[in-house]
This record gives sequence, structure tokens and C-alpha cells, in this order.
Amino acid sequence: MTDMDDEGPPPTLRVRPYTMTRGRTDTDVELTIETMIRATPERATRPATVAEAGAIVELCADPQSIAEISAHLVLPLQVVKVLVGDLVMSQAVSTHRGGFQADGRPDLALLERVLDGLQSL
Amino acid sequence: MSNPIPVKIVVAGGFAVGKTTFVGSISDIDPLTTEANMTAVSEGVDDLGDAATTKRGTTVAMDFGRVALSDDLVLYVFGTPGQDRFHFMWDELVRGAIGAVVLVDTDRLDACFPAVDYMEQTGVPFVVAINAFDGVLHHHPDDVREALDVPSHVPVVVTDARHKAAVRDSIVALVRHAMAMATARTG
Repeated sequence: MTDMDDEGPPPTLRVRPYTMTRGRTDTDVELTIETMIRATPERATRPATVAEAGAIVELCADPQSIAEISAHLVLPLQVVKVLVGDLVMSQAVSTHRGGFQADGRPDLALLERVLDGLQSL
Repeated sequence: MSNPIPVKIVVAGGFAVGKTTFVGSISDIDPLTTEANMTAVSEGVDDLGDAATTKRGTTVAMDFGRVALSDDLVLYVFGTPGQDRFHFMWDELVRGAIGAVVLVDTDRLDACFPAVDYMEQTGVPFVVAINAFDGVLHHHPDDVREALDVPSHVPVVVTDARHKAAVRDSIVALVRHAMAMATARTG
């Protein structure tokens, strides 16, 4: 009896996501797991190069974070980042993050808004 | 629909301390799971051959939730992977984060040591939240503070990961602490 889980070759599903990115594992576009992605009005004129990129644009008609895209489309985070990076370059999607201080953490004004929001839950 | 501003916090702590429960109690949606892998986040691996040969066993899954704080502000709550070998993922998780809630089970205090060490070393604002699973506190917060040897400015609070209000309060404590740290830096 063959135990595919332990002894078989690496499952092809584990490799295939990186064929979508043509082997790339990073993007020049600054993206964090919580960066909010939204499809742009221009998206219709920017045909996606792979089906998954098209699925991202479709999903982001309602703004979604990188992590949510990864979860909903069952794609590794880095693959999502590369694909979204391409979509940002082609202006099919736009990105959004908040106000940050020099050390990269949210600034006081943003923290105050977070506090207000939490206290109204 | 406008594009909301995202902010995030991290929930850290040892394996099975209640991180996923914590996330689920505060989240507007059923917690989602995202995957990352060590191959993808390590440097210098950019061809398919290497990816195929080195990726086995290094995939890490993270649960997270989403909380709408207002029409244009969304809080993401990420649970950290429990095991030490997944610390490569923590850098990504804490980058730009408000801070971290380190969840503590007083029966297994040592399980949260790696999380406390990590947050201290990287300067991430954090609070220690004692998860009183059964509503009964077996150890006084001051004893926990002493046992963990956390600095006096780090809040130690009591929470219950199963209850939204208690979870919310521990996140409020974190945000206040992050504000105090931000004020100390700029003022």
C-alpha cells in the first residue's frame, strides 16, 4: 500500500499556485496582510492575465484585505500579494491603508478612532 | 462604497490557549483561515524547482476575524501560529499592527514565554491577557506579572476569550497602551 501523504512526491497543488505568478514570490508593491484592495472603475479595460487575478478583481468589487482574498480564494498569502501587485500596476485595483507614524504603527489620530469604534461595539 | 481603512492587532500565546476562540468572539464574521509558507517568505527562492523541493511541511495556517468599527474603519484580529518554528510569520503579522494581546493560561504560563519575549524584543506594544477559562482566576494578575517578568508599564488584564465584552475590553486595554506608547515617543 502506498502512503501518498508521507512517501509520495510533493503534491502538485502545492506547486501550482506559483505557476500563476510565473514563479515569482514577491512584488515591488508595498502590501501587508491587512492592506485593503478595491477594484477600480478602470478594471474592465484591464483584462487579467490569469484566472485567479480575474477572481481577485471580481471579489474586490467590495473592498477586501489581502488576508481575506487569500482565505476566500484559498491561495497562499504570497501568491495573492504577487497577483495583487500586478493588478495595482495595471490599475485594475487600488490599495488603502491608514495614517501611520514613522515607526510604521498607526498614528494617534487613527488609534483614537479605533478606541471610539471599540467602545461603541 | 468607500474603501475602509484597515487596522490590525495580533493575538499571540501558546498552543491551545484560546486564540481562535478569542478571534471568534469579537469577529463580525466566522473566522477565516489564510495560509503562508516559509519558502515564499524566505529570500532567494524564486524558481519553481526550489519551491517544489523545499515547501513540504512549512505551510502555516492563521485564523483571523474582521470587526467593523465604523463605516470606514475595519479591525482585523490575527491569531499567531502557536509553534516556535512559525515565528518567521510573526514579523509579517506585527508589521504595522496596533500591537498584540498575549493570551495566557495560568496553568501553562511557560507556553506564552516565546510570545512575550518576541514582543519585548521587537518593541511591539502588547498587553498580557489572562484567559480565565472557567471564570475563576487561579492566580492574581500581580503574580502572573512577576512570573512573566514583564515591565511595569505593560498592562496585565483578565479576560474570557469566550465573551465578546471581555475580549473587547482587553483590546481596548491594548489600544490605550499603544496610545500611551505613541504619546511617550512623540511627546
